[in-house]
Amino acid sequence: MSHARPAGSDSPTPEFRAPLAGAADAGPAAARRAAGSRTVLESGEIARALTRIAHELLERNKGADDLVLLGIPTRGVALATRLAARLAEIERRVVPVGSLDVTMYRDDLRRQPTRSIASTDVPDGGIDDKVVVLVDDVLFSGRTIRAALDALSDLGRPRAVRLAVLVDRGHRDLPIRADHVGKNLPTSHLERVRVSLAEVDGRDEVRIESDARTQDATSISPIEGDR
Amino acid sequence: MRHLLSAADLDAATAVEILDVAGRMAATQQREIKKLPTLRGRTVVNLFFEDSTRTRISFEAAAKRLSADVINFSAKGSSVSKGESLKDTALTLEAMGADAVVVRHPASGAPHRLAHAGWIRGAVVNAGDGTHEHPTQALLDAFTLRRHLVGGGLDGAATGADLSGRRIAVVGDVLHSRVARSNVLLLRTLGARVVLVAPPTLLPVGVEAWPCATSYDLDAVLRGAHGELDAVMMLRVQAERMNAAFFPSVREYSRRYGLDARRLRMLPEHAVVMHPGPMNRGLEISAEAADSPRSTIVEQVSNGVAVRMAVLYLLLSGEREPATGTPTLPVPSPATTEGVSA
Repeated sequence: MSHARPAGSDSPTPEFRAPLAGAADAGPAAARRAAGSRTVLESGEIARALTRIAHELLERNKGADDLVLLGIPTRGVALATRLAARLAEIERRVVPVGSLDVTMYRDDLRRQPTRSIASTDVPDGGIDDKVVVLVDDVLFSGRTIRAALDALSDLGRPRAVRLAVLVDRGHRDLPIRADHVGKNLPTSHLERVRVSLAEVDGRDEVRIESDARTQDATSISPIEGDR
Repeated sequence: MRHLLSAADLDAATAVEILDVAGRMAATQQREIKKLPTLRGRTVVNLFFEDSTRTRISFEAAAKRLSADVINFSAKGSSVSKGESLKDTALTLEAMGADAVVVRHPASGAPHRLAHAGWIRGAVVNAGDGTHEHPTQALLDAFTLRRHLVGGGLDGAATGADLSGRRIAVVGDVLHSRVARSNVLLLRTLGARVVLVAPPTLLPVGVEAWPCATSYDLDAVLRGAHGELDAVMMLRVQAERMNAAFFPSVREYSRRYGLDARRLRMLPEHAVVMHPGPMNRGLEISAEAADSPRSTIVEQVSNGVAVRMAVLYLLLSGEREPATGTPTLPVPSPATTEGVSA
């Protein structure tokens, strides 16, 4: 019955996984840190990137009318909440914010350990004829966003869907692009982008960890890193 | 999780995980579009050797809501009535590519045999075997209890919680009830305390070894002889399995062990009334108790779909070794036999 535990594999930062899964990851994660990692965004830069994205959203939408922010768990929800707070500050009005879990719409459920399901929470008023902004931390293969678009179409019919991400690291598998990007990070497949946010991980930081050991690199699937 | 055969196989963490996933599944069932693409392309076979309404429909609805293909098999009108064995039926299902087999069988242990004999590769879910176990019923009862007792009627508030410290009375025909055994095991795992209430003739031999208390006196238990109750679960009197006189008369059973309006008033304000169905109204439960606002009987049915969706999701998603070739049978294959004889 060992497969049933929360796998936590949707987390790009194994050291912050649930304690159950954490023990197995502590070794390789520590080794990877030693192999070389650098901070690419610090707390202040993350804050400025989000402020810029907030302004871009309002400019593109010509105001906050009909905007609904949906974060993709886990860290996308924290980012969506922060964006909503900035929009409220700028426009002096409340922008609805929610979460959209895409686990049950993924195309890789049979290639990964069983994933636990996070909550989907659509704000009152729904998404019909609204401009939905999907918010996620890292854009990688694009498969998460594909799943999110499928999940959205089961929840309603938005007038438009936009995508805001903190980091775009390239290597897309699908014809998907972000409308608003905090930072474009050219990376290699062997590297891993770790986003830490205060709400989830206790501090704000984006790191790139390069993988010296090839066997480790092959064990990290691009899809996993997408979250 | 490879199979779900017994509530005893679940540890507390796994059980809570199933209930949490069931909570998410229940939330999707409030939407206008209830179908999820999660198990697209997978095949679930409902293999029912015994009559069932709600369990079969519930499993069928759960599989369909997750986009799995469902094949319903009932022993009546199948080759089983021509004398086909469980093994040959299983091999047929394997040849058809069943990813999961939901089995109900009058013989205790049939699902275990199906899971471990090497006949099929798919996951096996026990949907009730003889008088042994019915684990998904126990899970849906635990889910209902958790929602009411911990979550105040909401799943979200109960996520991650178990049932520690809750007291539940299970009343009635324990002897013939697979629901009672699965419930005692699962509720205990989740930290609840269970007291079985039944006439001595309807308690199974060896009940002393079960992780629960027993009593012959329903009124005393309702008055708090085993602590203040949080829930009372009435069991169906299984007349079809009774081949001896277990109690003098229906009226006497009803008077001593039936849940009527008077006994309902003895329960604490927050306690809920449960029944796995189908009910014998007027026997183990009066209409007044069954239809009272504190009865969760109808809700149990809808929770059953969410819990079974969770079980199917956890069994059928996730990495599995690639299914290639034919299953390895413990019996020698024709090729090996030839090799040995040559």
